[in-house]
Amino acid sequence: MPEPILQMHALDAHYGDFQALYGVDMEVSEGEVLAIIGSNGAGKTTLMRSITGLLSNEPSQITYHREDISSLRADEVAMRGLAMVPEGRQLFPSLSVRENLMIGAQVGRKGPWSLDAVYKLFPILDERKDQQSTSLSGGQQQMVAIGRALMANPDLILFDEISLGLAPIIIKDIYDALPGIIGEGMSAIIVEQDISKALSVSSRVYCLQEGRVSLEGASDTVSREDISRAYFGIE
Amino acid sequence: MDWLNAVVQGTLLGGLYALFAAGLSLIFGVMRLVNIGHGDFIVLAAYLGLTVTTATGLHPLLALIVVVPTMGVIGYVLQRGLLNQTLGDDLLPPLLVTFGLSVILQNGLLEVYSADPQKMEAGALETASFAVGGLNLGVLPVLTFAVAVAVIWGLQWTFYHTALGRAFRAVSDNQDIAQLMGLNRRHIFGVAMALALGVTAIAGILLGIRTSFDPSIGGGRLIFGFEAVIIGGLGNLWGTLAGGVILGVAQTVGAKIDPGWQILSGHLAFLFILAIRPNGLFPRISA
Repeated sequence: MPEPILQMHALDAHYGDFQALYGVDMEVSEGEVLAIIGSNGAGKTTLMRSITGLLSNEPSQITYHREDISSLRADEVAMRGLAMVPEGRQLFPSLSVRENLMIGAQVGRKGPWSLDAVYKLFPILDERKDQQSTSLSGGQQQMVAIGRALMANPDLILFDEISLGLAPIIIKDIYDALPGIIGEGMSAIIVEQDISKALSVSSRVYCLQEGRVSLEGASDTVSREDISRAYFGIE
Repeated sequence: MDWLNAVVQGTLLGGLYALFAAGLSLIFGVMRLVNIGHGDFIVLAAYLGLTVTTATGLHPLLALIVVVPTMGVIGYVLQRGLLNQTLGDDLLPPLLVTFGLSVILQNGLLEVYSADPQKMEAGALETASFAVGGLNLGVLPVLTFAVAVAVIWGLQWTFYHTALGRAFRAVSDNQDIAQLMGLNRRHIFGVAMALALGVTAIAGILLGIRTSFDPSIGGGRLIFGFEAVIIGGLGNLWGTLAGGVILGVAQTVGAKIDPGWQILSGHLAFLFILAIRPNGLFPRISA
């Protein structure tokens, strides 16, 4: 078993008085692709915000490369090689496609990803590099968001709901591109509502339900019944 | 010819107003902060210039070498130490805190420099002029206008052609996502304020060479700066220059009709443009 790159121990998360996560234990190994599934409001996005440092956590709840990152700011977490493709793409509207990608490289980490490598992966972005990012189609915007995260040359990349709001044909294209993206020893966490897509690209899966881990297993062995029970909470 | 003269002089005066406004426009664009103390920072820069010139005997324009970095450092420290804590979803805290800063600055300047009007000695530059096609142009107003164009060009270039400008725009668009990309918004805001007060230093020195100043005049400079920003449209620096020019021309043409109308006609031009184009003439940020 390779060494875990990211670990969460009894992670709680709160928005004011509302508690969104209850004692979540989770780990991602080096080079592993992990899927996190769960219905709306199960706490998937909150978990992403906790990991990336957009939500501040109690000490020693999250370790990354054996370092406690629980109380770091989001930019400090990013500097350590953890990148996110946020839900809804969230490109910078005032920046061109090329500039959006350049912002991703701001952390200054060395690695295989550069503007050229991203253009090679998504040739359409090379054609559109000087356009405002908002003038692109949804699928192309998603490519920019993925490219922007890759430009950071991360060790671990988080994909938050990358299929949301996209046409099925586009989703297929993006998922087809994923293995090529995640190769090269990068680990990934894929958060998805589309369960079959999530299972098809991951090796292990966690299911969240009302802020708790309701299922954990290998993606190719979990049964449909287990998943629906963990997903909907039906006995 | 008199009218043409009024328009030309007003245009040149507009350069000074654009310099008042550029810092305001910059920090509003990057962090949505309205700095009520901006005019008092202009006056502070003028006094710093006065201190440097009297202590060292330097020409006021050379004093910029000291005053611009000093104001920049003040800006960075102020942003990191105080103003960052006021930023959030609510617009009111930064307004109140910068209003408080304005009061503190005015009283501090009053304490240190007294209420007597002061002026910086710039020698021949103050009165030098040259004739162009029957018009007499002062060297100082022409220089001020040229500096304003250069400063705005420089800020615009920084915004659209450097990594810093990219960071400014990214943070302005979406602070959380910018943070995810490794940009520390607190530092970026500090740099933006340093840049804004650096420009303010230039404005303050040129003001102090042009006219006499005392600790109470900051409020008036703030209004002119605001009006130039609003006329030009929020978030557009070239628009801010245009706004300054429109305000300057309105004032000199008003003064030509009746010397008592100078300030009033500037405000009327501002109100008129606000009435027909509430977002200003060239807005980049939609309201």
